[in-house]
Amino acid sequence: MKLLVPVKRVVDYNVKVRVRADGSGVETAGVKMSMNPFDEIAVEEAVRLKEKGVASEVVAVSLGVAACGETIRTALAMGADRGILVETDAELQPLAVAKLLRAIAEREKPGLIILGKQAIDDDMNATGQMLAALLGWPQGTFASKVEIAGETIAVTREIDGGLETVSLSLPAIVTTDLRLNEPRYASLPNIMKARKKPIETLTPAALGVDPAPRLALVTVVEPAKRQAGKKVGSVAELVAKLKTEAKVI
Amino acid sequence: MQTYKAPLRDMRFVLHELHDSRRILALPGGEELSPELMDSVLEEAAKISEEVLLPLNASGDEEGCHYENGVVRTPKGFKAAYDLFRDAGWTSLACDPAYGGQGLPEIVNKLVEEMSCATNLAFGLYPGLTHGAYLALRDHGSEELKARFLPKMVDGTWSGTMCLTEAHCGTDLGQLRTRAVPQPDGSYRVSGAKIFISAGEHDLTENIVHLVLARMPDAPAGVRGISLFLVPKFLPTTEGAPGARNGVVCTAIEHKMGIRASATCQLTFEDATGWLVGAPNKGLAAMFTMMNSERLSVGIQGLGIAEAAYQSAVAYAKERLQGRSLAGAKRPDLAADPIIVHPDIRRTLLTIRAYAEGCRALAGWVAQALDLMERESDPAAREAAEDFTALMTPVVKALFTDIGFETASLGMQVYGGHGYIRDHGVEQFVRDARIAMLYEGTNGVQALDLVGRKLPAHAGRSLRRFFHPVAAFIEAKKDDAAIGPLVQALAKGFGALQLATAHIAERGQRDAEEAGAAATEYLRLFGLVALGFMWARSAEIAAAKLPAANGDAGFYRTKLATARFYMERILPNAFALLPAIKSGKAAMMALDEADF
Repeated sequence: MKLLVPVKRVVDYNVKVRVRADGSGVETAGVKMSMNPFDEIAVEEAVRLKEKGVASEVVAVSLGVAACGETIRTALAMGADRGILVETDAELQPLAVAKLLRAIAEREKPGLIILGKQAIDDDMNATGQMLAALLGWPQGTFASKVEIAGETIAVTREIDGGLETVSLSLPAIVTTDLRLNEPRYASLPNIMKARKKPIETLTPAALGVDPAPRLALVTVVEPAKRQAGKKVGSVAELVAKLKTEAKVI
Repeated sequence: MQTYKAPLRDMRFVLHELHDSRRILALPGGEELSPELMDSVLEEAAKISEEVLLPLNASGDEEGCHYENGVVRTPKGFKAAYDLFRDAGWTSLACDPAYGGQGLPEIVNKLVEEMSCATNLAFGLYPGLTHGAYLALRDHGSEELKARFLPKMVDGTWSGTMCLTEAHCGTDLGQLRTRAVPQPDGSYRVSGAKIFISAGEHDLTENIVHLVLARMPDAPAGVRGISLFLVPKFLPTTEGAPGARNGVVCTAIEHKMGIRASATCQLTFEDATGWLVGAPNKGLAAMFTMMNSERLSVGIQGLGIAEAAYQSAVAYAKERLQGRSLAGAKRPDLAADPIIVHPDIRRTLLTIRAYAEGCRALAGWVAQALDLMERESDPAAREAAEDFTALMTPVVKALFTDIGFETASLGMQVYGGHGYIRDHGVEQFVRDARIAMLYEGTNGVQALDLVGRKLPAHAGRSLRRFFHPVAAFIEAKKDDAAIGPLVQALAKGFGALQLATAHIAERGQRDAEEAGAAATEYLRLFGLVALGFMWARSAEIAAAKLPAANGDAGFYRTKLATARFYMERILPNAFALLPAIKSGKAAMMALDEADF
């Protein structure tokens, strides 16, 4: 079975993000970029499934600027077999990403697509679900455990009340939660080998997809600075302030 | 708190912008490499160093190594960390692909070493020693020995040691007494006692390969009678597994000021089976071929500590609220200003930073020369690289390790009294840094090596490998609009170095004690000028790239500001060394021994 793992290039989780002065987004120039941590978990799970003999091939896909090729290399160093880069300078929103991934899924015909539940840059949490709808495949989101048996996959999902296990027939979509696994450190020989693994470069046009944004971004602003606290002298004063200033009671 | 994020941006600057990595990539062995690959390697090394090695630094120091009945246990977590490090292939980084190595250049290896030194100096010694033993064996071992031992050392399954020192002799190895008696089967029986053997016994690997200096029965006295032997802890079976226990035991481990998680062992050899490495009586020469790389690695330890001390000090200076800025409150919203507002704190932080980045740049230059020595096919280019590394090795070893200790102390100063107590972890840097000034030849010995051997080598040809590029750079850039003032400061330092060199050449030729009396100050002067050259070159690149730098503008602006700080606040220390050097030996030799 072939596995498809979409990986997104995002601002590294260690970076303190800054909003661009013109409010058009966050500053990414000169900022360390890395693979979305949820996607790392997806790659790890796919590679483990291959090591267990459940999967035969792991294909990593990234969409965006040429530098996304480096994000694919990271996946290849972790153990993915080959990569597909859909190169575009256009802003990509979840629906466009899902449409591009559908086109790739139709070409590659994977048995399972594993992707992060969300990306840490915009926290949309939408691509996996949209992709499932477009393909008409079952989805198991927020996975903390997956088990494949024959033509079905049991996905343990993290939900508000605890855990829920769903059984899906393959092909299917799984989105990963933090507790699914702990991604490995890429080994040095695998980093070297990753440079020799093939990456195919495509364009949205070649896939017949118009990636133009459907949502308009109005503005991006920093969260308001937290005000200093106030000390109150008595319970009565506290209640009064909660009524008149905070207006919460 | 010990905090560390690998300075990857500066490392890429040193690797690609300052020393142009393409030069190595164009040579044989570089076909499969690319700048992007080097960057990926550095990034993954950073992850392991930050996430695996750093968390074990303070705990390893606190716990230390355990000795019981000849068995040494490393601190909790070290074995698992070593397994992870080895399984991920990091021991093989710069080794020959013929033995399972990855064939990456030394310049990348030294940057990776810097990260492990910064995050866990004691841990880094175990694979570091193996690499040194690998180099000696690779260059001098028989094909049979190499085939039997190198693959296991490259993949880190077996570790290595260097057994030189004995209780009565360290620097003066001519006195050593360990004996090696030839056997009919071509092997030797090695007997004697060695001390200060780092990684001499431990629980990280299934076998340990000792490289031992010893004397054969008919050997001439002194250093011309020393041979090198390979003595494994377990004799390998024909299948290559660890077999019978050999006659080498650890009789004790040392209790040390720092690097407490590194096992420093006393070893006794009793009729231990060993094999000759290299030619009989040429053991010291065999050891010295890997010395350039090893001494550079020890220098890197100083650099790693400097970077670690810097980052921890910066973090504290930004969060510690005490008093107000001399210019009026900078953060009126807080109870007090963070201490980083004060000029003296900034002076301290910038001193550490200017040293660390300068040392990184210089280490890159020397490491690149190590690569050129190995990879250049043109004999003249190889010779130039050999001359240069031989000249710079004592400078890097002594200067960097002095700086490592000085900057660890400066970093502690930023913490005030809180730096002196254990909780913040910065006093460990001071203790760990101190050893690097002592081992692999004390810094005094390095200074003597510089003035006694390296200056006169090939009638000054080695020296010119450094002097000529500096002089040419000054000539070309002294009136440069962007960096002219920095180059003029460098020129002043270089002038002092030229005068000091002429003085030592002239006086030292007549009286070796004169050279000895000037050696330590001369090495410092040499080193400060070398760092000044690196800073001027870095500034040149930063000034050229700044206008179109976009997201990197902050990096280049900081480079320029730090270059200026180095030239204005640190390099002038070099000028004051000239009169000290010229004052000669008279004052220090005047006292009778009894007057001390």
